[in-house]
Amino acid sequence: MFDDSNIIAGLEIGTSKICVVVGEQNQNPDGALNIIGLGQARSRGVRKGEIINPEQVEEDLRTALFEAEQMADVEIRSVYLGVSGGHIRGFNNRGVHPVVSADREISQDDVEDVVKNAKAINLPAENTVIHAVRQHFFVDGQDGVTQPVGMLGARLEVDMHVIHGHANRLQNIVRLVRATSLEVDDVVFNGIATALALLTNEQKELGALVIDIGGGTTEFVVYSDGVIRHSGVLAVGGDHVSNDLAYGLKVPLSRAEKLKLEHGTAMPTEAAKGQSLSITNELGLELKRVNVGHLQRIMSLRLEELFQLIAQDLEQAGLTDYLRAGVFICGGGSRVPGIVQLAENVFQMNVAPGHATAISGLTTALDQPEFAAAIGLVKYGSLKNRRRAARPSLVSGIKGVFGKILPRS
Amino acid sequence: MNPENQNPLFETPEISGKPSVRIIAVGNAGDALLGALSMVEFAGAEFAAINTDAAALAASVAPVKIHLENKLFRGLGSGGDPERGRALAEEQFSTLKSACEGANVVFILAGLGGGAGSGISPVLAKAAHEAGALVLAFVTLPFECEGNRREAQAQTALEQLKATADGVICLPGQKIFKLIDENSTLIETFQVTGGFLSEGVRGVWSLLTRPGLIQVHFGDLCALLRDRHAENAFAFVEASGPGRAREVAEKILNHPLLDEGRALAESDAVLVSLTAGKDLTMAEINRVMEQVKRQCGHAQIVMGAAADAGLKEKLCVTVIAAKSNAQPVSVTPRGENRSLVPAAAGHREPAGSRPRTRRPGSKPVQGQLPLTIVSKGRFDKSEPTLHRGEDLDVPTFIRRGIALN
Repeated sequence: MFDDSNIIAGLEIGTSKICVVVGEQNQNPDGALNIIGLGQARSRGVRKGEIINPEQVEEDLRTALFEAEQMADVEIRSVYLGVSGGHIRGFNNRGVHPVVSADREISQDDVEDVVKNAKAINLPAENTVIHAVRQHFFVDGQDGVTQPVGMLGARLEVDMHVIHGHANRLQNIVRLVRATSLEVDDVVFNGIATALALLTNEQKELGALVIDIGGGTTEFVVYSDGVIRHSGVLAVGGDHVSNDLAYGLKVPLSRAEKLKLEHGTAMPTEAAKGQSLSITNELGLELKRVNVGHLQRIMSLRLEELFQLIAQDLEQAGLTDYLRAGVFICGGGSRVPGIVQLAENVFQMNVAPGHATAISGLTTALDQPEFAAAIGLVKYGSLKNRRRAARPSLVSGIKGVFGKILPRS
Repeated sequence: MNPENQNPLFETPEISGKPSVRIIAVGNAGDALLGALSMVEFAGAEFAAINTDAAALAASVAPVKIHLENKLFRGLGSGGDPERGRALAEEQFSTLKSACEGANVVFILAGLGGGAGSGISPVLAKAAHEAGALVLAFVTLPFECEGNRREAQAQTALEQLKATADGVICLPGQKIFKLIDENSTLIETFQVTGGFLSEGVRGVWSLLTRPGLIQVHFGDLCALLRDRHAENAFAFVEASGPGRAREVAEKILNHPLLDEGRALAESDAVLVSLTAGKDLTMAEINRVMEQVKRQCGHAQIVMGAAADAGLKEKLCVTVIAAKSNAQPVSVTPRGENRSLVPAAAGHREPAGSRPRTRRPGSKPVQGQLPLTIVSKGRFDKSEPTLHRGEDLDVPTFIRRGIALN
């Protein structure tokens, strides 16, 4: 295991690309994290965040790993694995525990019991918990207690945010990574990793929404009062935009992809109305003319809908008013011109493109919104290592329950 | 609602008066069913019983008894073999035909599965046809515990009957079995079965004989039942007093034979006939139909209303729901059915009912063309991304119906 090592790697197998980020943790007490390596490869065996062709994924994964190892000049033996997919859901659950000791003082055991109660949830049989994140304790109904041990009370409650997903699908990806003789330190939901990379503690305290628009999926996570409040995945991403364009403009998918990158925008412009664009073959002969106005409309509608779905979800969860730090967008989708303005229109609040500011190191890596999740994975790993070093008998705020079902070597 | 129905041009002299109805019971079960009908209510109808079993026939309440006899049987009946019943009936076809002569409508009551009911009924239906009558059969199917053979015989007979009769209303015994409680005696069970079936007969009877304000023709009824009656469910309910419309609607939706209204939801054609005293109001009709419509979904609804001073405060509603068979029991009888339809139609043509069988009360339902399916491109093969009933893989501008030009 990596306990004694200071190299941490994060692996994200995305729909459009596979990326590996290598970080180095200082051995000094502050444990600062530095990103030292980066590898990426085009992903060809993934749809909507889920593997459809394991062999291809394995090949691409080796390419990305090799690149990262070369750059960081280290050997990667284990990774923190990011997962996503439409099957992943998050919800809040409350656990209740009566304090039974004679003096009504809440002990560590009571805390462990109440956390256990909160985790005892009714999941479909085929689902497994990826994260169970503690939010706040309630002592006799008193809200917002973060450390109840030593307090007096009759009734201890805790809110947990539980993220769960389909066990077999999660296992598939884990098995695949292990097949490349890599160890999986932990499985982490991409949304949480992204939020870790993007948000500072202050922003988490104020309340923020992080949206990671990937190739096949869009993850969103809401933090407020310093804890995760809400999370979700929509199996809609950049691929859908390309597909819409291919369908609407009647061009091949590869051409649609190119048009999206070259002429795409989230906000239709007046100037583009009625304009057309000629598609030429490699010899410069015109093949087809494409209406730029249509292109922009199609793209804008899809992205707008994506934001609206998230906004609706937050509205239902009653979280819209808690996002005082605003909305942060990252992932490949955040490169679309005008996306910030579109999101501002939909959410009616401050929107900023997310940068992995919560970490230092290679600026080339940190500046790219696509790498946020992988960088977050490294940070997740470093936090976990630090916590393990500090408190061997950990009662961690974030605890990878999924790790338990992986046989450790 | 549909003035065509009252258009005298379409009426034939035959049907415009009160049709003469003959109710013929076939076999032992048919006899028992006939016994369950109270003859008083069917004033004007003629009753007859046909059986191969002399002893049973002697005990029948029917005023006219026709004994089909053959030396081979030695008065012991068909011995549960429909082939023998059938052979006998075909042999004495002229007797059957003469029994049906002079009637406009023949109701056949029979229990399928045995020898006489299964064998004779289809032949009788054919004979009645040839005698110029419209034929509606009310049959019961055997209980599951009676064995596979009877079940198979009953199914074959049902198919044959469907091919020869204009309409078949069938009541599976097993359905009754679920409705009665553990302690019911056999006699009670048969009484319940008989009761349900006679309710059906009564409903159809009143449909045809009472002066209709919104008329349901026999042709409508037959068109509704023909070809789709894999199994039809029917219910007859009545209520009186000020809240009768509501009560009736409730009773329909809770009727055990309609599976608490589920039968309505699954059916694709429903006939509703309301009969009440002269004080029947449009609002009442509306209230009942509203409920039925809500349950039915896409079903074609045929509705009729009739006034009968004799009913005073009572409101009686007959519901017949026909469901098309998803998996035909056997292929050949259906083909036979097809070939016989033109012959049957020939019979009905003078009644002029054919051109308007579809129209009365039916709500046009927009079918979905396969053209509306949008290709999902690269997501075609993948699991659809469903979010609140929308497939997000389909381009947004298509789902929102936004025209690009």
